[in-house]
Amino acid sequence: MRLSPDGRRRATLIGTFAAAVILAIMPFPNWAEPFRPDWVGLVLIYWCLAIPDRVSVGTGWLMGFIQDILYGSLLGSNALAKSLVAFLVVRLHLQVRMFPRWQQAVSVLGLLVANQLLVLWIRGAIGQAPETIGYWTPSIVGALLWPWLFVILRDLRRRGGIS
Amino acid sequence: MITVFGRSLGAPSPLTRLILLSAFSVALMMLDHRGHHLEKIRAGLSTLAYPIQLVAAAPAYVGRHMADFFTTRGTLREDNEKLLAERHVLLARLLQFEALKEENQRLRQMLVSAAQVADKIIAAELVEVSAEPFTRKVVVSKGSREGVYVGQAVIDAHGIMGQVTQVAAGVSRVTLITDAGHAIPVLNNRSGLRALVFGTGHPDTVKVPYLTAITDIKEGDLLVSSGMGGTFPPGYPVARIVKIVHDPNESFLSITAKPAAQLNHGKQVLLIWRGNAPQSESKTK
Repeated sequence: MRLSPDGRRRATLIGTFAAAVILAIMPFPNWAEPFRPDWVGLVLIYWCLAIPDRVSVGTGWLMGFIQDILYGSLLGSNALAKSLVAFLVVRLHLQVRMFPRWQQAVSVLGLLVANQLLVLWIRGAIGQAPETIGYWTPSIVGALLWPWLFVILRDLRRRGGIS
Repeated sequence: MITVFGRSLGAPSPLTRLILLSAFSVALMMLDHRGHHLEKIRAGLSTLAYPIQLVAAAPAYVGRHMADFFTTRGTLREDNEKLLAERHVLLARLLQFEALKEENQRLRQMLVSAAQVADKIIAAELVEVSAEPFTRKVVVSKGSREGVYVGQAVIDAHGIMGQVTQVAAGVSRVTLITDAGHAIPVLNNRSGLRALVFGTGHPDTVKVPYLTAITDIKEGDLLVSSGMGGTFPPGYPVARIVKIVHDPNESFLSITAKPAAQLNHGKQVLLIWRGNAPQSESKTK
């Protein structure tokens, strides 16, 4: 199937986000559950970093909203957190792009923690805050995965003809 | 393009968009949490999301069926024999149950208390998708079409699992008793002490707060649902006390318990309709 360059770009974007959403709700064994990184957040950070003029706050909000529907969480909670993450990345994208890979991973950790903190506050406000310290492991796992994810997504971006 | 003060209106800056979308999100959250105005919209959206959940559940589903495919004849026969034996035992016990039920009914009539009518139960398949991280919720493949309603109790063969919190057409979401936002009124089966069992967000522990050191509770006690509040039917096992820690500096005991239901494995759950709830009768048609 031949796609127009525009179609290929769109397919790459939608494909990566769809894969992230599927990975976010794919069943895991119980012990592995706390180690599942926030795939949607990571992919969002990448695209906001790479093409901030096309993927930014609006996309972040939409992805968060989709997560809210799939998780059955309070409508708007993840949406709010993801739009904030997107905003921060778009604001800082020129600096973060210049960072060496490990330093980028540290910034990603900060962004993911900010995202989780906001969701934790919202859940705390409605009395559903989890009581385990393991709540923060997804951010750490996400930051550790960042260098590899970055390379994979960069290759996909080049193959999709997005610059 | 329209420009105001030298800025174009066509593309608002990220900050403007963030502020607008944040305000919108906060409004959504308030509507969702406070007023429950979004139930219909959420039900529609959940129905739309169902295919995505099915795709995500597919690998696990295929894996299970592959495992079924490679089950040997020997194992099947063994399982079959075991199940038949179990069935005989259960049937024998059920004979007694009928007699006991009759007797219970008679005694209740003598006491002139409200007769307890048998509950209606249907089985529902779990859709294997993960919930939001660190919440304990499951998705089951029965919805408002089958008469499922918000607040309905969900059990398995071992005890109470949780309650239905969202319903869409063919699918609904169940909050388990281990979810951090969940509480259930219980009775200590041994001493009759009333208590509340709270979820912690941890997959196999619940806690029993607000009990002082003088209360009659011991490790190993079984807690059954008390039926207070009307959400859960009375008399089903909820949890068993695992550990009681008495810290003299605290005014309450720190009690942890293990849910009686097998919340983390099993492919099926049972939805209960209360026998004496008239509105559920019309819905089940």
